[in-house]
Amino acid sequence: MSTKAHPDYGNTNGVKEWNLRLFVTDWTPRCVVAFKNLNRICEERLKDKCKIEVIDLLEKPEMARQEQIVAIPTLMKTSPKPEKIMIGDFSNEDRVLKALGFESPSRSSSKEV
Amino acid sequence: MKDSKKRATALPILVKTPTGIQGLDEITGGGLPTGRPTLVYGSAGSGKTLMSLEFLVRGITQYNEPGVFMSFEETEQELTTNVGSLGFDLKSLVASGKLLIDQVSVERSEIEETGEYDLEGLFVRLGSAIDSIKAKRVVLDTIEVLYAGLSNTGIIRAELRRLFRWLKDKGVTTIVTGERGGETTLTRHGLEEYVSDCVIFLDNRITAELSTRRLRIVKYRGSAHSTNEFPYIIDENGISILPVTGVRLNYPASTERLTSGVPRLDAMLDGEGYIKGSSILLSGMVGTGKTSLSASLIQAGCRSGKRCLYYAFEEAPNQIMRNMLSIGIDLEPWVKKGLLHFHAVRVSEQGLEKHLLTIQAEALKYKPEIVVVDALTDFISLGGFNEVRQMILRVVDFLKMHEITAMFTSMSESAATEQTGVGLSSAFDTWIHLSNVQGNLERNRTLVVVKSRGMAHSNQVREFVMSSKGVELVDIYSTAAGAFMGTARLAQMAADEASDVVRQDGVASRERQMAEKRRALEARIDAMRADFEVELKESEMVIAEEKARDKALAAGRKTLANHREVKQPAGKGGKVK
Repeated sequence: MSTKAHPDYGNTNGVKEWNLRLFVTDWTPRCVVAFKNLNRICEERLKDKCKIEVIDLLEKPEMARQEQIVAIPTLMKTSPKPEKIMIGDFSNEDRVLKALGFESPSRSSSKEV
Repeated sequence: MKDSKKRATALPILVKTPTGIQGLDEITGGGLPTGRPTLVYGSAGSGKTLMSLEFLVRGITQYNEPGVFMSFEETEQELTTNVGSLGFDLKSLVASGKLLIDQVSVERSEIEETGEYDLEGLFVRLGSAIDSIKAKRVVLDTIEVLYAGLSNTGIIRAELRRLFRWLKDKGVTTIVTGERGGETTLTRHGLEEYVSDCVIFLDNRITAELSTRRLRIVKYRGSAHSTNEFPYIIDENGISILPVTGVRLNYPASTERLTSGVPRLDAMLDGEGYIKGSSILLSGMVGTGKTSLSASLIQAGCRSGKRCLYYAFEEAPNQIMRNMLSIGIDLEPWVKKGLLHFHAVRVSEQGLEKHLLTIQAEALKYKPEIVVVDALTDFISLGGFNEVRQMILRVVDFLKMHEITAMFTSMSESAATEQTGVGLSSAFDTWIHLSNVQGNLERNRTLVVVKSRGMAHSNQVREFVMSSKGVELVDIYSTAAGAFMGTARLAQMAADEASDVVRQDGVASRERQMAEKRRALEARIDAMRADFEVELKESEMVIAEEKARDKALAAGRKTLANHREVKQPAGKGGKVK
């Protein structure tokens, strides 16, 4: 991944791995868009450090209750802590990054580590 | 029959799902629309959650229809505890696989919205829950919480619309609860926009420091429904709604009679007393003997083995028994025998609805033939004129439906007018008015039968006397000089008796006078007769003398003539020349 384009990852440098669980209901157009967006962000920022588990609730409906899923798509960041829940199709990249633990690139770009 | 069958097949008739909630099925004409969502909204604490939960519990226990409860606010643990006091054992219902509680928690602070989304997750949860227990009933309590948890209201609106359509397609009968809204919408977020089949409003009002709960059916598409407000209560049996319409004017009319316990009063009531199962109003000012007359009825009832129930809202049972003992009515043995039961509660302890319900519940429990409600007027403090009226009407109707002879005492404000205090005289079959008449430095009680349906009753005012021997009615002593009661009656009776003696003496002496007169008269008559006799005898003697003299004269003349006639030939007769 390119450190030039994004010199500052906040305090996420030491993180070895991001564990993400994506809940979808089959591959609806919105889920597809969401998956693509998420993949792109991960590719750009968390290359090789990102594990995405995709769970289709239509196959495991009981998971919806267990995991308190209401909105689709829902993304859970199980590690690093703290756990975070994201909903939506990840078109707002700033928010995704913030939820993943990165500081907002626009504000943090001038900062030095 | 044939016609109606034909029509039934020609026109789709709205199928209803009974809720099993007491009274609700009556006012909705059978329950909630089957397979459609119903909105139940109201302010906090109005019982929305409880009503919806009872809908599920009754569905399971009474109609064998499994249900899903999707809670957006309370956890399963909280719900179980909250309704445990109402006798709903959610744990065992869940364990038996008939009830599924799914708590949905949406915490805004934990969720980052990163773009477009839908609520398909909710659909999946609900769908799997319904399918797993084959639910027929669903509750969403309170789905509006989504608006607090998610920021995109446009999405929520669209998804809710889709959700309710989806629930209809699923064919489940659903209750959606909602918080009462502001000026323009019924609910805070306008849920009524999506749930258009049936809308029920729960209101929790505080009047006169007592909370009264009221239910109203705002809308019921495709069904006739009552538009009135119905009081409801929440007690150990869950929710109970008290419909007026539940009672119809078709109660049985008995011709059996029942003694009032006061023989003279029975005599006034067509000679036989009250009609069994009728409602009797006993009005009168304070201290006119209402309770005593009620106790007489109870005593007479108990004596003939009838079960009696005494609703005491003014005095404690022991006090009533002690007081009645002072007029020779001993109620205690009947209590011990189990024939008489007191239900004593201060009116201010509960709201009107609760009172109404406990009155009904007690009556159903003890199955009395006679009840006394002492006193009706106590309820006035509990609500507006109309509310109290409605409540009393319900009590009267309820007791009539069960053929219970009911006596209601009612305190009047003034003695001048016959007032029920509640403006309800038409609800009662027999109305007895007691009043105090003050005069001559004493108060006397009077009793009059104002009306009594179904019998020829006396129109006379009677004096009502309470002594250590019980209650008695005495004729008012009326003479040309007026009507008298109490000591005045006794005085007048004595005075009249005295003057009678005088008068009677007068008559006797007069009779004596007449007798004497008669005797005198007769004496005079006798004297006159004696005189007459004497006169008669004298005149007879005179007549006899005269006759004798005439005879003598005639004889003398003959002798003379003989002497003068010399030799007169025999053939020529005695002619004198």
